Amino acid sequence: MLSSVVSVAFHGVAYGMILYVISVGLSVTMGLMGFINLAHGVFAMAGGFVLSSFMARFGVPFPLAVLSAFVLVALGSVVLERLLYSRLYGAGELTQVLFSIGLILVSMASARLIFGDQAARVLLPDYLRGQLHMMGRDFPTYRVFIIFFSLGIILLLWFGVERTRWGAMVRAAVDHRAMAQSVGINTRLLFMATFALGSGLAGLGGALGADILPVQWAYPFEHLVYFLIVVAVGGLGSLRGPFIAALLIGVADTACKYWVPEFGAFLVYAATIGILLWRPMGLFGVRA
Amino acid sequence: MSGYSADTRIRWTEWLPWVAAGLFFFLMPEYLSLGARILIFILFALSLDLILGYAGIVTLGHSAFFGLGAYTAGILSARLGVNDAFLQLAAAAGMSALLGMLTGAVILRTRALTLLMLTLAITAILLEIANKWSTMTGGADGLSGVQVSPLLGLFKFDLFGRTAFLYCLIVLFAAWWVVRRIIYSPYGAMLTGIRDNAARMHAIGAPVYWRLVMIYTVSATMAGVAGALLTQVNQFVGLNVLGLEPSGDILVMLILGGVGRLYGAFVGPVVYIVVQDTLAKQYPEYWYFGIGVLLIFVVLFARGGILGIFDKLRDKWLSHSRPKSSARASAR
Amino acid sequence: MAFALQTEKLCKSFGALTVADHIDFRLEPGARHALIGPNGAGKTTFVNMLTGVLAPTSGSIFLNDQEVTNTSQAARVRLGLGRTFQITTLFRSLPVLDNVALAVAERTGVAKRMWRSASSCKDIVEESQNLLGVLGLADDAASAAQDLPYGKQRLLEIAVTLGLKPKVLLLDEPAAGVPSHDSGKVLQQLEKLSSDIAVLIIEHDMDLVFRFAQRITVLVQGQVLVEGTPSEIAGDKRVRDVYLGEAHV
Ligand SMILES: Nc1ncnc2c1ncn2[C@@H]1O[C@H](COP(=O)(O)OP(=O)(O)OP(=O)(O)O)[C@@H](O)[C@H]1O
Ligand SMILES: [Mg+2]
Repeated sequence: MLSSVVSVAFHGVAYGMILYVISVGLSVTMGLMGFINLAHGVFAMAGGFVLSSFMARFGVPFPLAVLSAFVLVALGSVVLERLLYSRLYGAGELTQVLFSIGLILVSMASARLIFGDQAARVLLPDYLRGQLHMMGRDFPTYRVFIIFFSLGIILLLWFGVERTRWGAMVRAAVDHRAMAQSVGINTRLLFMATFALGSGLAGLGGALGADILPVQWAYPFEHLVYFLIVVAVGGLGSLRGPFIAALLIGVADTACKYWVPEFGAFLVYAATIGILLWRPMGLFGVRA
Repeated sequence: MSGYSADTRIRWTEWLPWVAAGLFFFLMPEYLSLGARILIFILFALSLDLILGYAGIVTLGHSAFFGLGAYTAGILSARLGVNDAFLQLAAAAGMSALLGMLTGAVILRTRALTLLMLTLAITAILLEIANKWSTMTGGADGLSGVQVSPLLGLFKFDLFGRTAFLYCLIVLFAAWWVVRRIIYSPYGAMLTGIRDNAARMHAIGAPVYWRLVMIYTVSATMAGVAGALLTQVNQFVGLNVLGLEPSGDILVMLILGGVGRLYGAFVGPVVYIVVQDTLAKQYPEYWYFGIGVLLIFVVLFARGGILGIFDKLRDKWLSHSRPKSSARASAR
Repeated sequence: MAFALQTEKLCKSFGALTVADHIDFRLEPGARHALIGPNGAGKTTFVNMLTGVLAPTSGSIFLNDQEVTNTSQAARVRLGLGRTFQITTLFRSLPVLDNVALAVAERTGVAKRMWRSASSCKDIVEESQNLLGVLGLADDAASAAQDLPYGKQRLLEIAVTLGLKPKVLLLDEPAAGVPSHDSGKVLQQLEKLSSDIAVLIIEHDMDLVFRFAQRITVLVQGQVLVEGTPSEIAGDKRVRDVYLGEAHV
């Protein structure tokens, strides 16, 4: 029993970390730009495909391929932001929902055309394979790596938001959108940069998490619910909230699948509904 | 346009769908089962239009009611041996109404992302239940063994789907009649008021929340009936009636047709399902690609959907012809 | 005697910011009462609490001696409380006629009806048209509210609320943004209001305030600074300092 508790906690945390790295950008962009972007998972999927194809086809080493996933997805998202998203800032919720569904469909179809029906295979380098012996137990090395690497990224991100000028502008703009504009913050640039960072992180999370959330063409639709739950439960525009929500969901989902597989994701959904009814703005939400 | 300034008389164009359905029945007998499916999705889209197009409730979970209706009818027949079509419909309607009222009462106080998330979570939960409770629902294999006894003891569901088509057509006609009455009624006008400006609606003393719960329940009922029809026509229920996907599909169909204009719910499913049926089997990737591009296009350039484009063309044509006629009038 | 509207120790804070600070306020039946104060004094917040848009942090509100502190907006409207918005709040995409008709239909209970057609509700349509006529908007009945020039939108804002036949009318800067040569039209309409309606008007235009109001309350930083007749207020040194001085510069 105890060992299964440790194992559930461990895998749950790893899963939660990945969920957070993927979803945090969604929380910030929704909080900042008020854009309901259901297509956020597209960026995660793209990251996964960049990683696997860079390694498999061009023999790029793992660290470089992960970095490329981040950079390429961030750049790609800027193009989308400029061309499409920016036209719909301030448009109605329905418009944004539909637009992002359209984007999901297009990217899913493209992914299927290019990569086929198979899930992307990620060949881990030797040093990330096998088991790591800690506290008298074996843990899969790669999952340990995921946890610590994500933690590093998260700390870096939080530090950035708390301590840098860019972070201060983002926080100001999330809290008082109109005011930020009137005191001369270049919201256009700010939105673009933030969007790029958020999408890049999603790409990174999708790449790193490929062995937890297998990357294939249906990815953006399949995992959409979980990404949204993280954001809605955590609270829009918050950094801490989605972190806690992601860990909760990661652990709860792993635990349910382990102990009560007959319930599936039922309990996670039920808990989501409960939390949202109790706190409609999420645990740490700035706005609904 | 509904409301206090509207002309409520039925225009001749409003008979076109029914004439088309009649012609379809006689001219394309080999496609009647496809036709029945279209009619069912028109009904489903119509129910969505009521809450989305008129009341402005954006939902990703309308399949909850469709799916519940489908499973209610299916379980009634396959597990309890109740094969009477109207009993099945009534039960499906009742269950969906109940779910609509309960969930509506709970979620309609929230808005935006929270509302979206709640609707999605509710249909996701139902999908989980349908998936895992396989003794009752058949789980991932679906629920087979659904039977429908001859309607009124006279009309058997035949192999060619003639009975099924006419049956769906009659139910749809009744639903259309109901929806049309509602949207031209004071209640319908009030709903457009909520969609347009909820704050003002509160300020003129409307109990907005209760009004939304009410229409949500009506819409859920209709969606449940549509689901039950699908079960009866297919004599089978699959998991694909629940979850995000069917919710997204119906949303897309309605948007393509044109939201908040009653007949958008007719045009959208026809176009969507016909194209899907011809394209999607051979080229599923292209189909999704195409529908995605179309959706983005509609959102960016043609908010009114297909019917909206027609309206614009007509307005353009009218504004071209009007100056001429007024010039003529002044010449006289 | 029953007051049309009354508050006791009404308080409201947004976080650390106190916007209403123990406001004791009374509106006599049939009154013509103005609430003035510098920008950000908390006037709109006060109206929002009176109407139930915002819940007060503490204190109570009475309508005709009936406590309504916790009742819904809808219930207060049913008790005869009507308000207009400082920032025009109309059904923008709907016809002008429908803007008023929706209000009339709510008042008469017709709005709940699902089974007859709205345009066949002759009494609703007629009453709405009459109201539009009174406010000089009869010719615009068919255009969408958003297509009206701004001044007419402000009049429509009033018309919608009059459709409720309120006994207590709260007007939040009815002439806000209306060019001064047009604000006379708004005043004209207000002067026509029946004398059994108690009116509370918030306004920055001092000419309008002094011509219209019989009593004036001055609100500064969430507190009632002083209340009195127009001449008392005009003569009050503190009011000059905090408000009039600034407004007349
Ligand atoms: N929802 C809110 N959250 C936080 N602060 C608010 C909120 N609403 C109003 N405020 C603040 O409360 C103060 C009073 O605002 P209010 O709108 O009541 O002023 P007002 O007297 O109507 O001003 P004006 O003459 O400009 O209309 C302002 O400082 C405003 O920024
Ligand atoms: Mg104000």
